[in-house]
Amino acid sequence: MYTTELGTPDPRAPVPLSKDDSDLVAAFEARVAADEFIEPKDWMPAAYRKTLVRQISQHAHSEIVGMLPEGNWLTRAPSLRRKAVLLAKVQDEGGHGLYLYCAAETLGTSREEMTEALHSGKAKYSTIFNYPTLTWADIGAIGWLVDGAAIMNQVPLQRTSYGPYARAMVKVCKEESFHQRQGYEIMMVMARGTPEQKAMAQDALNRWWWPSLMMFGPPDANSPNSAQSFRWRIKRDSNDGLRQKFVDITVPQAEFLGLTLPDPDLKWKEEKGRHDFGEVDWNEFYAVVRGEGPTAKERMKDRREAWEQGAWVREAAQAHETKRRAKLAA
Amino acid sequence: MSRDWPLWEVFIRSKGGLSHKHVGSVHAPDGELAVRHARDVYTRRLEGVSLWVVQSSDIVASDPAAAGPLFEPAETKVYRHPTFYDIPDAVTHI
Repeated sequence: MYTTELGTPDPRAPVPLSKDDSDLVAAFEARVAADEFIEPKDWMPAAYRKTLVRQISQHAHSEIVGMLPEGNWLTRAPSLRRKAVLLAKVQDEGGHGLYLYCAAETLGTSREEMTEALHSGKAKYSTIFNYPTLTWADIGAIGWLVDGAAIMNQVPLQRTSYGPYARAMVKVCKEESFHQRQGYEIMMVMARGTPEQKAMAQDALNRWWWPSLMMFGPPDANSPNSAQSFRWRIKRDSNDGLRQKFVDITVPQAEFLGLTLPDPDLKWKEEKGRHDFGEVDWNEFYAVVRGEGPTAKERMKDRREAWEQGAWVREAAQAHETKRRAKLAA
Repeated sequence: MSRDWPLWEVFIRSKGGLSHKHVGSVHAPDGELAVRHARDVYTRRLEGVSLWVVQSSDIVASDPAAAGPLFEPAETKVYRHPTFYDIPDAVTHI
């Protein structure tokens, strides 16, 4: 799963360069321009650190919240095989969140701070997880489209300039491919099933298509953060470029399923060598970013409950260790 | 003061004959649980046959800002490498 970098409170405000020593900045920028990796204890501009903490923690939160819409279907998966697969996928998402939290912690933020920012509603996560998973076909559509879009976003981040983030992305990308394939397999089975099953698959595709395109973030023209992020190699491809690539590779996959993408303006343009497609509803996107997504409240309630209900386990583990130490000291 | 569990660095031996390699970190109240967490987080796909964990605060690291002077002695002693020495082609097995 993935989130594009969503600023808070104003997603479009660029992070200002502070008055860091200009020689250090120049040396840093030269290293980044030479495609060197920046490591935790290396000197870095405060704004680079701040942007990364925000982006990596949002990415981590997205993985963690991303477990919820799918976890919702674990007990209702239609077979033992599907249940085992979905459980493995959800477990992976948890793991991805943890790799990313660790990467963010190397920048000097704490796990506790990030958890609190998520639970208090201060931190953002990917808009995609604030849509409901209504039928089993949604699990197929999520794997195929949402994880597909995530992979497309994450592959370039394997070469992002911050070493721990890049390494986390390498692990995530390696694991994510199965997520997309299991989703597409669900869609294949349903699209070739009874007319009712095929209708469910089409319905899921209709509902997830546009939110998936939103996962690439706002149009380049409204993404003024990008210039600095490009220069610092935090970002390596433009939102619109990746969105186009995603559309182009997904169209034949939908055709193979015999399903229709819900966009009347979608057309292959031979002369451009790519598809034209309709305008994403950016008002909806910004509304979901502001926390007005259909399931935003439910997701945070579930997340907080899971955290609170697990408190006794964390406390017991801590008490056990305290007792052990006391015994050792005695 | 953070109430987080301490941070542990995780090292995996991917198979017998290879050394342990750093893969990431986990939070845990003690070493035993750190190993369990590391198993769940870093070895879901047969990534390893052995795990090490060490509390992050116990690691002593060199200062990257001092990397130049620290590693300079190695850089200037090219005669430590076999290619420094010209041996005629006629001489074999050397």
